[in-house]
Amino acid sequence: MSPAPEPRPRNRQAAADEASARALMRSPAAAFRHGIVQSLPFLVVIIPFAVLFGVVATEAGLNLAEVMGFSVLVLAGASQFTAVQLLSDNAPAIIVILSGLAVNLRMAMYSASLLPWLRGASGRHKAWVAYALIDQSYALSIQHYERHPRLSIPQRLAYFGGTAVALCVPWMIATWVGATVGQAIPDEIALDFAMPITFLAMIAPMLRTPAHLAACFVAIVLALVLAGLPSGLGLLIAAPAGMATGALVEWRTERKEARDAGIPG
Amino acid sequence: MQASPAEIWTVILVLGVGTYLIRWSFLGALGDRDLPGWVMRMLRYTPVAVLPALVAPLVVWPAATGGAADPARMAAAAATVAVGVLTRNVMLAILAGGITLAGLLYLL
Repeated sequence: MSPAPEPRPRNRQAAADEASARALMRSPAAAFRHGIVQSLPFLVVIIPFAVLFGVVATEAGLNLAEVMGFSVLVLAGASQFTAVQLLSDNAPAIIVILSGLAVNLRMAMYSASLLPWLRGASGRHKAWVAYALIDQSYALSIQHYERHPRLSIPQRLAYFGGTAVALCVPWMIATWVGATVGQAIPDEIALDFAMPITFLAMIAPMLRTPAHLAACFVAIVLALVLAGLPSGLGLLIAAPAGMATGALVEWRTERKEARDAGIPG
Repeated sequence: MQASPAEIWTVILVLGVGTYLIRWSFLGALGDRDLPGWVMRMLRYTPVAVLPALVAPLVVWPAATGGAADPARMAAAAATVAVGVLTRNVMLAILAGGITLAGLLYLL
């Protein structure tokens, strides 16, 4: 009942406007530095993860050049772990490649969602963006672009460049550290299970919706049922079945919500 | 690992080029073309389908025990998932799993 003004929403709005004005004023060099600074918290995850990859891949029998080949040329953690796991299971190369690519298919979504923001960029710039398009550089950039829709193309590219440098270079260096350390780790330590634990830790936070849970459940059941098939083949059946399940559950949920909201469909 | 250096480098190069093309797809070649809705829907579930399918047999039949189910590794897997779901923090989940495994292997 009191007529006292509520200052908080207005202050927040003002702060947002101010942040946007600051973002719009930045030179490309300043936007680049801004991208670097905002990426730093992610290094808490990226660096240990890359060290772990270096250690595990070395333990699996890869030499330093091969380990670095993965982190520089593939530059995608989950698929690197997937490939090394399947290689140490002696799966055929074609299955290793298909599984690794399947893990990375989500990046097509990132590519599609960045395009409206980078349409005016040159082909060469877009080619570099594609190289450094990892989960974290995508997540940071798309948030930044959506929060400040009036940024210029050079400001957008520079911000992305900052995140790319701050995230990808440490990924490579930390891989090298892990591979070097890995050679010194005695065999008694149970590193065989480092990879399963890493995968589980990556999956668990993704299980947000019934559709994600259903996709995960179907994939697990089929993978266990088909475990007798030649190495890696069960995965190529179980994973698409899980994906289809997730898509189906999502579609049914949406249809039900639309019906409940009274929208004919 | 039985793969020869040539096989390993083939995997690295083809996976590298293929991954690059996936990332470049819409920014470069496909442009504004829309993928059908069901394709986008399936793409959303690639990580939660591929990674569990890869990891499930490794948890149930660990290579280190010659494929025999192992309580320490099962418990470590359960601890990792539990902490990951509750905290949504990948590094904390890895730590929980690693400590559980090391602790149980030491005790059992």
